[in-house]
This record gives sequence, structure tokens and C-alpha cells, in this order.
Amino acid sequence: MAKLFQRPKSMFDVSTHYCPGCTHGVIHRLVAETIDALDIRGRTVGIAPVGCAVMAYNYIDCDFQEAAHGRAPAMATGIKRVRPDLMVFTYQGDGDLASIGMGEIVHAANRGEKFTTIFVNNAIYGMTGGQMAPTTMPNQRTTTSPFGRKTEEVGMPIRMAELLATLRTPGYITRQTVIKPKHIQKAKKAIERAFVYQMENRCFSFVEVISTCPTNWGMTPKDAVQWAEDVLLPYYPLGDKKTPDREVTEKLVAAAGAA
Amino acid sequence: MSKVLMKGNEAIAEAAIRAGCLNYFAYPITPQSEVAEYLSWRMAEVNGVFLQGESEVAVSYMIFGAAGAGVRVFTTSSSPGISLMSEGISYLCGAQLPAVFVNIMRGGPGLGGILPSQADYNQATRGVGHGDCRLLVMAPASVQEAAEMVMMAFPLAEKYRNPVMLLGDGLIGQMMEPVEFPDHLKSEPSNKDSWATNGIDHRNGTTRNLVRSLFLDPEALNNNNLILRAKYERMKAEEVRFEAYNTDGDYQVLIVSYGTMSRVCKTAINALKGQGIEVGLIRPQTLFPFPDVAIREAAAKPSCRTVLSIEMSMGQMVDDVERCLHGIRPVEWYGKCGGEVPTPEEIIDLVKASV
Repeated sequence: MAKLFQRPKSMFDVSTHYCPGCTHGVIHRLVAETIDALDIRGRTVGIAPVGCAVMAYNYIDCDFQEAAHGRAPAMATGIKRVRPDLMVFTYQGDGDLASIGMGEIVHAANRGEKFTTIFVNNAIYGMTGGQMAPTTMPNQRTTTSPFGRKTEEVGMPIRMAELLATLRTPGYITRQTVIKPKHIQKAKKAIERAFVYQMENRCFSFVEVISTCPTNWGMTPKDAVQWAEDVLLPYYPLGDKKTPDREVTEKLVAAAGAA
Repeated sequence: MSKVLMKGNEAIAEAAIRAGCLNYFAYPITPQSEVAEYLSWRMAEVNGVFLQGESEVAVSYMIFGAAGAGVRVFTTSSSPGISLMSEGISYLCGAQLPAVFVNIMRGGPGLGGILPSQADYNQATRGVGHGDCRLLVMAPASVQEAAEMVMMAFPLAEKYRNPVMLLGDGLIGQMMEPVEFPDHLKSEPSNKDSWATNGIDHRNGTTRNLVRSLFLDPEALNNNNLILRAKYERMKAEEVRFEAYNTDGDYQVLIVSYGTMSRVCKTAINALKGQGIEVGLIRPQTLFPFPDVAIREAAAKPSCRTVLSIEMSMGQMVDDVERCLHGIRPVEWYGKCGGEVPTPEEIIDLVKASV
């Protein structure tokens, strides 16, 4: 009897260290499924971030480099420029990418580096212990905004997908989420598309994924999903912000799906 | 190849290509921007990679990524830029990746100036980045030697899987001298498949490689640092390089000096010889590992009364000179650090005052 659902070949058979209700595991799985679907494990290099996903290499089975805070796009640039035949992706959180690594992601995107960034946005610093991130919502309480994020002091949350979509260099910029099953298939398609663009040497690709952090939000996993839906999604609207060339792209994505 | 007249910075750039390094990432900063300018067209000629990064911080991680992928890669910068790269250098040490960093020093601290200096000695020899990291540091005194050291630096970086720094001063970068390049080297680290993230298929393997510097388990981190320490000890045993000048006869004064400053000292030593005063010179060509034994033996010569550490800094190498002498001779420091190079006359007066 054929198995309809099984562990992706590119994932190790281990339990993750993530908290209950966190969606890193789902996003890891989508990346691994994409690596399997495109049959690229043997030429893929992942860049693990700082933060909760620093040990992504313990779960996704391909070559990996471990980045410093925010520098994953510079490292990916270094790899991709000297070895354009490799498939390179960075996997970064919001503190990593939108705060300390803002310069690296903006310039890598603007140069049109041919790698893929998976940007996991849960509006808080996770591993560091729940401090305010550039993506933290107005009035959201964190350990460094105990009275709630005051926008008059620290500005509004940064919308990375929209910000990067203002760049004139062609790129694929999209925002997805995995908080409910209905979202997961769309997110998977976006991640596949992002890798296919790289495979075809077309453009920089950026998939923002709205995620949950029940532990640091101080919520149950169920409440966290509700809060993400009620508070995060209206401010971080889902969907493509930019595609490099829709018509040609659709053909490429369809071809990859058929294979 | 016959000799050609080249600026130091351009010779460093050309030497890297001849060392088989076809990958260069950099951010412009005076007084070494000619390296990037030269390689911006030269790398295109040889099908290499040239990319101007958005900052020195980013460049140091472009170097990390490329080194991790198993290719020869290098960058050049000057003092404030090296400070920004220092974070990445620590990560390269932690992850045991080979790469070459060239620091054409200018005065500091802070923005300092743009004229020659040797004031990054402590930074370079004490590790540059955070943690227990060390670099193999080479110090050229001429354009020819800068080219030769660049060509030695890549195989050394790969031998130890550790960053190597070429520590030159602004004069070495800016002066023009005849240079003859050694033969081309091979273009990739020979041992890379055991550690590089160059793609599982590329290695015809099944298991992946992992480039990392995070060791949350204290025993694992301690072990990694013991491995690094063993490498640094091996460098001390195998890589010490120095030049001894006028040390055959009896001398009353021993000078320790490196880089451009050592050339001024040689001029002074030659002039003093005519006046009947003999002065020996030890010129470290590697600053880490430091030529402890050579300096101690030269200073131990019965005729030698005093040792002078002459530097274009406010007294940094002098600590190493004192350390290796174990107090057998008095040590004095002389130097300047505003961009002016002390003159032969100043050195002559200094020696005369100390004999």
C-alpha cells in the first residue's frame, strides 16, 4: 500500500526542539519537501540563522553554514557568487533579518542575488527571550516593551515584504503564513516558486512567513493562532508583493509542478 | 616573468590572482582602494569574482560564505575597515575556514588619518575578533615581499584552515617598486571536500558538511578551542619567519622593527656603520607567530647592551620584544603614529643616545 504522507527525504528522523505551537517545524518541512520535489539536496546549501532556528541543520539534511546575527544574506551572496551552480537559501527570523541584518538583506535583494530567503516573522525575539523586534505590533508587550510597543518612541513595525518590494531590481517578494492548514499549501507553493526562480537563475526570492510564538507571546498555541490571525495578518497582509515576470514565471512553476 | 614597476596595492591584487585566488569581495577604504580598483577589471579578465559589498561587515561574511564553499577567497581593507570585519574573522576562526585578509594600516584610533601606521599590531596579533582566536600575521617590507607573502598566505590559510592576515602599512600599499611574481599556484584548497559546503553531489558523497562555530555544550566548545590552540602552537613551531640584518659581527644595539619602519632602520644602521657603530636588526616577517627565539638569541650576544623596538605605533610590538627577552636586556621603544615615518636621522640619534 502506497504511503500518502511521510517524512521528507531531506529531513532527519528526529524530534525538533521547538516549543508547542511554534510553526518553525512546519516551515522546515515545507523547505525540505521543496528540496525533495526539485531533487536538489545534493547541490543545496542552507544558511542557518541566529535565534530559535539556529539548529535548522539538525532537521534539514543538506550542506549548511551557520550565520552570525543578520549576516546570512552576505554569506549566501559569497557562496552563490563563487558557486552559482549551488542552490542557496537563508532561513532567518525577524530580529535577525529586520533589525541587525537590515543592511545585508536590502543590498542582497537589490543586487538581485540569486538565492532564496525564508523570513520567519513572529513579531518578537524568540530564542533571546521575548524582547521587542522591529516587527513587534503597536502596544504589544515584550520583555523590553513591558508597557507595550510605543510607536511614538520606536516607530511602527517594519513590513519587510513591502519594503523590499519597493526595490527596482526584479525579485520575487511574497508574504505567507502557516498558522492554519488552508495557508500551508499556499506557503508551500510560494516556497517552491522561490526555489524555482533560483533554479532558473532568475531573481532574488523572499518568502516572509507569519509565524507564532506562543511561549513569548504568553498564550496557548490555540490563542496564538487566533492572535496572529486577528492582529498580525491585518497589518501584514498575505500575498505576492512582487514577481519578476509573471507570465514566464507561471510556465516555469507549472513545469516544476509537473515534474 | 620579468620585473614590472607596480604600486604595492596593485601588486597585492595581481599576486592574489597568481596565487590562484579568483574570488575577491571588498569595500573601498584609503589607503588600499587600488586593490579593488585593479581587481574590478582584472577579475573579469580571468573569469574571477569581484563584488563590492555594502559594508566591511557584509564583506567579511561574503568571505565566510565563499570560504565555507571551498574556494580561495580574500579581501583587503584598512584599519577602521578591519575593525568592522573583526566579527567575521572570529567566526572564520571558530568555523576553521581559510581566507586571507590584507590590512594596509592607517593611523588610528577612530577615523585617525589616512597616512601610514603600524598601530593595528595588537589587534592583528591578539586575535582581531572575539573569543580565543588567532591569525597567522605576515608583515612585508617591500612591494616584492608583499606579493610573495600574498602567494604564501593562501596555502598557509588552507594548511591551518584559519584566516591569515597580511599586515602592511600605508607606504607598502602606496609605493611603487619593481616586482617579479612567482609562478601561478593551483586555485582551490586541496582538502576542501572533508569540510566545505560545496554540495553533496560535488563530493560524490551522501553525508552533508556543516560549517559552524556554535557549540552549546561546554565540553564541545572547550574541545574546539583546544583544537584551535593546537593549531596556533603548530604555527609557532613551523611558521616563524624573520630577517636578521647586520647580526654577524658584534653590535652594541639590537633593533627590532618590521615593515616600512625596518627599511628606515636599515638606512640608519648602514650610516652608523660608517661612523664605527654596529647595530643589529631582527625584522619579524611573521608577527604571529613572533620570532621570540631569534630576538632572544640576538639580544643575548655578549656585546649587545640594549634593544630598541622601533615602530610606527605608540609602542605595541615592544610588549612582545620584552616578553621574549625574559629581562636579559633593557628594552626601549621609539615610534610615531600620526602618519609620519621616523627618519634615519632620528634613529641614528636614538642609537647614539643609547650606546
